Amino acid sequence: MFRFIVKRLFGIIPTLLIVSILVFLFVHMIPGDPARLVAGPDASYEDVELVRQDLGLDKPLVTQYFTYMSGLFQGDLGTSMKTKRPVFDEIADRFMPTFWLTIWSMVWAIIFGLLIGVISATKRNKWQDYTGMFTAVSGISLPSFWLGLMLIQLFSVQLGWFPTGGNDSWTSYILPSITLGAGVAAVIARFTRSSLMDILREDYIRTGRAKGLKENIVVWKHALKNAMIPVVTMTGLQFGFLLGGSIVVETVFSWPGLGRLLIDSVSYRDYPVIQAELLLFAFEFILINLIVDVLYGIMNPQIRY
Amino acid sequence: MENGTVITQSDELIQSKPEKVKTPLSEFWRKFKKQKMAMVAATFVLLLIIVALIGPFIAPYSATEPDYDNILSPPSLEHLAGTDAFGRDIFSRIIEGTSISLYVGLTSVFIGAVIGTVLGLLSGYYGGRLDSIIMRICDVLFAFPGILLAIGIIAILGPGLENVIIAVAVFGIPTFARIVRSSTLSIKESVYVESAISIGAPARRIIWKHIFPGTLSSIIVYFTMRIGTSILTAASLSFLGLGAQPPSPEWGAMLSSGRDFLNSAPHVTFFPGLAIFLTVLAFNLLGDGLRDALDPKMKD
Repeated sequence: MFRFIVKRLFGIIPTLLIVSILVFLFVHMIPGDPARLVAGPDASYEDVELVRQDLGLDKPLVTQYFTYMSGLFQGDLGTSMKTKRPVFDEIADRFMPTFWLTIWSMVWAIIFGLLIGVISATKRNKWQDYTGMFTAVSGISLPSFWLGLMLIQLFSVQLGWFPTGGNDSWTSYILPSITLGAGVAAVIARFTRSSLMDILREDYIRTGRAKGLKENIVVWKHALKNAMIPVVTMTGLQFGFLLGGSIVVETVFSWPGLGRLLIDSVSYRDYPVIQAELLLFAFEFILINLIVDVLYGIMNPQIRY
Repeated sequence: MENGTVITQSDELIQSKPEKVKTPLSEFWRKFKKQKMAMVAATFVLLLIIVALIGPFIAPYSATEPDYDNILSPPSLEHLAGTDAFGRDIFSRIIEGTSISLYVGLTSVFIGAVIGTVLGLLSGYYGGRLDSIIMRICDVLFAFPGILLAIGIIAILGPGLENVIIAVAVFGIPTFARIVRSSTLSIKESVYVESAISIGAPARRIIWKHIFPGTLSSIIVYFTMRIGTSILTAASLSFLGLGAQPPSPEWGAMLSSGRDFLNSAPHVTFFPGLAIFLTVLAFNLLGDGLRDALDPKMKD
């Protein structure tokens, strides 16, 4: 097991390297002269050149890449062109709101997704199944920005139960996390249903029922345990979806998180921030995939490394 | 020798039941039409395509002409979905926006599917170093969660509908490549491919004539499901201000422009969102139906 984890850890290094090179090139392909942007529109040619030297932009790309990467390892991600603050600080400020938003969305998604999935699988082809699965496919098809705005309209504007945006108290987490979690809940529900239905056909389930176990115990204890193995993998991968989805949801709810920071920096062409954010999102996602892989190995006794 | 035997056997099979030949297509249709939801969805998609084609001719009002006497009026018999901040009829704008959403959804998925399929076929058939290079590229593309890759691409190319299409297409490449690769790998093991290799058929012929048709059903299913996701992603990008720009009746952009009047005129955001939702729902239900009808593992 330990050897497997170490092997996988080393396995992601090439991907990380390529991702970092790609993001680096990506950002350098953004049109416009960053030195000119930093120096301002009224700066003279000499000033722009000074800024270019200052930022190291006159050096060859390869050198710039290595400078950037060595800075990265020391926690230096450059300076935001918009706020003139270190990018590291900008991101650190925004990290926790996005982190908690993602976690809460996932909690909702798992609770509702599992519940709908189990009910649908055990009441196969009955009205509960049809309702559950129609809800799920609707959840996948809902534009999150629309759902968010409609929830704001209903619960914040009309009923006044929750704030319309920001993250000042725990009540402000409720609407954004439901909005973000809806799609994931739907995916988990569909996956749980099909996985549980496969397991319920197995011999050992028939044995359990034949020896007179209560149906609830058969489903929740015996079947669900095995049915969860693929569901855990799928759920872990949905974290990536949440990271991406947070970009939209944060915009709707004026959430002070990483997603909104990214949109702001794209419209401002704040390339050091864009670069750091793309890297951060990609690293997080690769790390989550790694954790999912390891969890899968721990949960599934059929897999031995 | 072996080929000859196979042919006679299948000849016998056909001759034994001459009255009703089961072609793959009739078999598919038999399974597909049993699914009521998918049939409803297919009808709706057909309707959308018709609306997209003849939209400007059936829209009751102009989609772009402002009418300052009718600003933000709520839904009525005259204006079914109300009017927006410029007095434009929202229902007419939704009708004219249909072609934009379908165009973006279809072209982006098509581009992604073509590139992904070619990569997947090459990767699965040749294996070895080519396979590891292609799969590594996919890993890298996969490393950007959700619409992040699309946003990154738009950061380079700049906002606009054409760039959204490119961004969403790139976003679809790795998934198509993986799906096609895995079915290529299993088809490669089949006897008919092995025999084609053994009689010395050229690789290009084997890939296109023998392997590609076998991967087609999973491509079709995923293609349909992907259209919904792509329309959703494109609308999200427009909502964020990175896609279609305001005067355009693109649904995401329409919705975004209604945000400022959410309290006084919620219908400006409600109806474009409903249009996105129903369209994406229809494609997803259609995709589910196709999967159930085309998947040989599903029993009826």
